[in-house]
Amino acid sequence: MRLSFITRGSAPFLVLDQTGRNPVAFPPFQPVLNGRPDPHACVGGRRGPCLGRRDRWRSPELELSGAEIIVQALIDEGVEYVFGYPGGAVLHTYDALFKQDKVKHILVRHEQAATHGADGYARATGRCGVALVTSGPGATNAITGIATAYMDSIPMVILSGQVPTPVIGSDAFQEVDTVGISRPCVKHNFLVRDVHDLALTIRKAFYIATSGRPGPVLVDIPKDVTDPNIKIPYHYPKEIKLRSYNPATKGHPGQIRKAVDVLLQAKRPVIYTGGGVILGEAAKALRELVDLLGYPITSTLMGLGAFPMTDPRFLGMLGMHGTYEANMAMHETDVLIAIGARFDDRVTGKIELFCPHATIIHIDVDPSSISKNVRVDVPIVGPVGNVLADMVRLIREAKAGPDQAALQEWWRQIEAWRGRQCLAYDRNSPLIKPQFAVETLYQVTGGDLYLTSDVGQHQMFAAQFYPFDEPRRWINSGGLGTMGFGLPAAMGVQLAFPEASVACISGEASILMCIQELATCKQYDLPVKIILLNNGYMGMVRQWQEFFYESRYAHSYVDALPDFVKLTESFGHVGMRVDQPGDLEGAMREAFAMKDRLVFLDIVVDPAENVYPMIEAGKGHHEMHLSPERELA
Amino acid sequence: MRHIISVLLENEAGALSRVAGLFSARGYNIESLTVAPTDDPTLSRMTLVTIGSEEIIEQIKKQLNKLIDTVKLLDLTEGRHIEREMMLIKVRAAKEDREELKRLTEIFRAKIIDVTATSFVIELTGTSQKIDAFIQAVPEGLIVEVVRSGPIGIARGEKGLTL
Repeated sequence: MRLSFITRGSAPFLVLDQTGRNPVAFPPFQPVLNGRPDPHACVGGRRGPCLGRRDRWRSPELELSGAEIIVQALIDEGVEYVFGYPGGAVLHTYDALFKQDKVKHILVRHEQAATHGADGYARATGRCGVALVTSGPGATNAITGIATAYMDSIPMVILSGQVPTPVIGSDAFQEVDTVGISRPCVKHNFLVRDVHDLALTIRKAFYIATSGRPGPVLVDIPKDVTDPNIKIPYHYPKEIKLRSYNPATKGHPGQIRKAVDVLLQAKRPVIYTGGGVILGEAAKALRELVDLLGYPITSTLMGLGAFPMTDPRFLGMLGMHGTYEANMAMHETDVLIAIGARFDDRVTGKIELFCPHATIIHIDVDPSSISKNVRVDVPIVGPVGNVLADMVRLIREAKAGPDQAALQEWWRQIEAWRGRQCLAYDRNSPLIKPQFAVETLYQVTGGDLYLTSDVGQHQMFAAQFYPFDEPRRWINSGGLGTMGFGLPAAMGVQLAFPEASVACISGEASILMCIQELATCKQYDLPVKIILLNNGYMGMVRQWQEFFYESRYAHSYVDALPDFVKLTESFGHVGMRVDQPGDLEGAMREAFAMKDRLVFLDIVVDPAENVYPMIEAGKGHHEMHLSPERELA
Repeated sequence: MRHIISVLLENEAGALSRVAGLFSARGYNIESLTVAPTDDPTLSRMTLVTIGSEEIIEQIKKQLNKLIDTVKLLDLTEGRHIEREMMLIKVRAAKEDREELKRLTEIFRAKIIDVTATSFVIELTGTSQKIDAFIQAVPEGLIVEVVRSGPIGIARGEKGLTL
């Protein structure tokens, strides 16, 4: 039997049969309807595969309405969960969702939580998060979560309802220019005016959201486009190419070679990694690189876990609340390699004082990240995973390795900085120190935890005191700094990993920003553990007011806090309050032992504790403040 | 430094606002911006003139390229190129000024395209400097209104900014 390829379609191959003349499908054509074999389809006939068109491979034509197309497209994308909230403009879509059981809908209690939930799911799994909201207020409520995902480059598709096309622009009920409002905080967005464009647009949205530097993509769908009475043939392309969008797939070999040369000549090297390593699934390649070179490595808030934080080569986080050794190493380094990091102002401090002695290598998939804030000497545009793999190969092939004598001297210096113990705190305090609470959380969970965070002091304490050894375990809003992110994000994580331990570390101010999601957790039995560091203040605001506003605590004191235990219980969960250091570990163990219950652990912590070390905004890495006790030492 | 940048954009609704939004969101200067569909109706060509340091211009180009609707981009300033701008200018043309205005029009190789008893509309195409010079040359007090297209540009030689 002679089989020869004549073409390669998106799905099975077409090959020639024994006669060499007639094309047949290989593997043999099996029509599929809704994921199951379709017994009614006729094979090879009018509805079978036909040659001569680009989409020559077609499943039997399904006639679907716009609403059904949305749902079928989500099924075809392999979407597990849609986080959403119904409303007038998306009712047809909700009706179509109701009639199937492949895509599960998670009813949140506020659209901000829909986007954060999808975001948490995406961060924990690496897959695309999906949110569905209605027009007008549904869309505007979602914006905070969209902007959060945008700043941290999280793949997400947001489907928003819109008023019917004939009334767009007439200030109709619940009309808002969603495409206009979301434009500055999405990777791209679409308004679908014709049901015939719907499937392709959704495919484009998923492709754009998940490729290159990921990000949220919004698809705004007017209600008439989802009309259940207008049915059209459904075709969902598997592969897609956009002439105007070609993300880099490989780094420039010459630049990579140059970078390796510079790296190998370093005397005082530092590896500085960011969230891009996690987004680009490059943790393994990064570990190989560090193993090969033995260079010290530091990470941004977003990159924590890409390299094991318990590894002695890890210097801790860098930047505003980074460790003394990480920041001093940045200041003294002669070769800095930035990997999937974007030189954010919380990391660089004053730009003029940033790494004053260093030759800088920068790997990023987004060309516009390169030399945006800091001028880079060896830029490499490409996916970090591929580029790192290429570098590892070149280093292995190189005749000479790193300068071991210089490296030894460099490590000696770093260990001296480490000796300052910049993260030390008062362990004899009669009050629960927030640092102690995080350390206890690590002890109790043994590091096997997905930890989401809200924003503020508790976020920094978690980043400093909970060593993550794996990527995608530390989930927080880094770029936008969105209070209220933690709880809904934890829902997304828990849905993705029902058996895993998932906790949300929060403060009494942050948690109230999305507290309504306790109801969602109840509805879907999500046993998230809420670790509340309750100091009665917006801690980070209070800290800045103490330092820079002569302790005038303008509106940073939350004067009328709820009884969190009762509040939690009213939602049907378990609430616990701890105020003695000696009780903390027991309480945490008890909380995590309740595998199928959400437990809200209200931990009363020292209200006066500050986050150290600290680099004031506009200062250099070497101008850190250590805690008052440390400063004297 | 002044740069003139040509961008081929998908001719989609909202493409222009993405560019305008980018410039305002990132605080870039924009001197002028013109856009119209090309011979390929699915593509628009935008010419924009901007001013900034080399670093800023580099970022502007990267950010423009990053827009999903951007198909291709060329900084015309980097090579030899031709720029043209068009102006329609309405001037008061009372008896005593008509001859002077006609002479000016001839000198600048402009065209009078609308005539009334008291006014002319003059069309002039050229570099932005030439248009500035014409406006300067019109006797004081005679200008009623000025409409300028903003410059458009094209690279010299056989290479084109196409797909």
